[in-house]
Amino acid sequence: MMEKMIFGRFIPGDSFIHRLDPRSKLLFVLGFIIIVFLANNTITYALLLAFTFLVILVSRIRLYFLVNGLKPVLILMIFTFLLHLFFTQEGNLLWEWRFINIYEEGLRQGIYISVRFLVLVFMTTVLTLTTSPISITDGLETLLDPFKKVKLPVHELALMMSIALRFIPTLMDETDKIMKAQMARGSDLSAGSLSQRLKAVVPLLVPLFVSAFKRAEDLATAMEVRGYRGGEGRTRYRQLKWDLEDTVALLSLVVLAGVLIYFRQ
Amino acid sequence: MDIKLQQVSYAYAKGTPFEKRALFDVDLTITSGTYKAIIGHTGSGKSTILQHFNALLKPTEGVVQIGDRRIEAGKKNKDLKAIRQKVGIVFQFPEHQLFEETVLKDIMFGPMNFGVSAEEAESRARDLVDLVGLPTEVLEKSPFDLSGGQMRRVAIAGVLAMQPEVIVLDEPTAGLDPRGQKEMMDMFYALHKEKGLTTILVTHSMEDAARYADEIAIMHEGRCVLTDTPRKLFSEEALLKEFRLELPRIVQFQHRLEKMIGHALPQVCLTEEELAKAVAHAIKESDRP
Repeated sequence: MMEKMIFGRFIPGDSFIHRLDPRSKLLFVLGFIIIVFLANNTITYALLLAFTFLVILVSRIRLYFLVNGLKPVLILMIFTFLLHLFFTQEGNLLWEWRFINIYEEGLRQGIYISVRFLVLVFMTTVLTLTTSPISITDGLETLLDPFKKVKLPVHELALMMSIALRFIPTLMDETDKIMKAQMARGSDLSAGSLSQRLKAVVPLLVPLFVSAFKRAEDLATAMEVRGYRGGEGRTRYRQLKWDLEDTVALLSLVVLAGVLIYFRQ
Repeated sequence: MDIKLQQVSYAYAKGTPFEKRALFDVDLTITSGTYKAIIGHTGSGKSTILQHFNALLKPTEGVVQIGDRRIEAGKKNKDLKAIRQKVGIVFQFPEHQLFEETVLKDIMFGPMNFGVSAEEAESRARDLVDLVGLPTEVLEKSPFDLSGGQMRRVAIAGVLAMQPEVIVLDEPTAGLDPRGQKEMMDMFYALHKEKGLTTILVTHSMEDAARYADEIAIMHEGRCVLTDTPRKLFSEEALLKEFRLELPRIVQFQHRLEKMIGHALPQVCLTEEELAKAVAHAIKESDRP
């Protein structure tokens, strides 16, 4: 069940996008998120969509895999689409049946919002699919470096993030194991009334919490034993390197922004 | 209740880039009332195969026959609860599955899920705590206050309380001290002998497989490559090497002894007692004029 979910996962590969510096990728996604809001008509939204698919193509991630893995998110998207479709009451009336009225503007807004949602989710997923969690945190730590001056605990934040990311698969495995052990003892998570199902979660959550706390404690001890004492004076094994390719990637974003500004109303 | 795997294949995360095949065309039969060991190197598919025994995993190809239920690849299977009651699984490090406030409640969890009354479940729990070698006082304690070994025993009692017809043990003694290991294995063997409990032991330990099993199946890279009695299997050192498995220590010792005295014993001995008898016998024979 959970193995199909790809949001936040990393697939090793060797495409142009895989090889980019994590800093440029982070800046790229951040820039893209801002640029998305420049779009306000059909041409600009179509351009955004085309650009996103271009990026997916370059990243060599199979589209089928991406769509399949993001199904839960896509359901949310369809829901927002329907919300806009039914509750916007502007423009010409397109269709009417009993109490359901669909207006032109509702349809337009619904499509725009869904496209916006889609490109954002796809783009951020491409980022996590092509960048290992370690490089993401490395990139983030370097990018946030200037904020150390204002006493932002950048290193600690980055460490927290990398530990959290590191333990997601471990906790998923653990959940799977405990779930199976309880299922083998006859607990049933998918049947019965809502209250029965909620009760069935307890045998899952208690062991999971117990082991998570134990793991945290073990990790803290292991770090201390190996002389960890914060980010001060810490050197890095993996050096980040900004290449021409990274500049090219960011420039493509500037071009996209220019084109969007030209075509928007 | 027999369990039969026919041409079973299994792949994790099928249809994604993470797809990983773990089992290839496995044929395996566990006859009712026998003690079967499944041995193999790490990553040979042992843990995957054991989850097929109570339909926690459904084969991606092939058929699993559990008693009179057929679990076929690609078919929806409803109401697997009856199977889960009949086939109890003690997972690796089962102490991680404890969650209740008291040991008593935790042991009662399994049977009550299968519709056993609270009184009956409690009486089973009281009997089992004794059987797994814990004092009665622990029943009222929180399972999290116990030592690791005690928690393991509670978890095992929790599975036995379901009164399964088949019990599957996945490395039940991993991480226990030598004495605890022996006690636990002897307890399962006694249950097997006294109650006719069909037992499937998944293990790394050649010694346990040699000592207790009627039959051993060897898993290697997702395939079931050999099934035979321990005595025959452990006579074939070369074959075992091929699957990166060692001989039980006692058999290794026997080989060294045979080399030293320049006399081969009539057969491979599987336990210390057996070897001692065989040696005594051989000495008597040689004393005879």
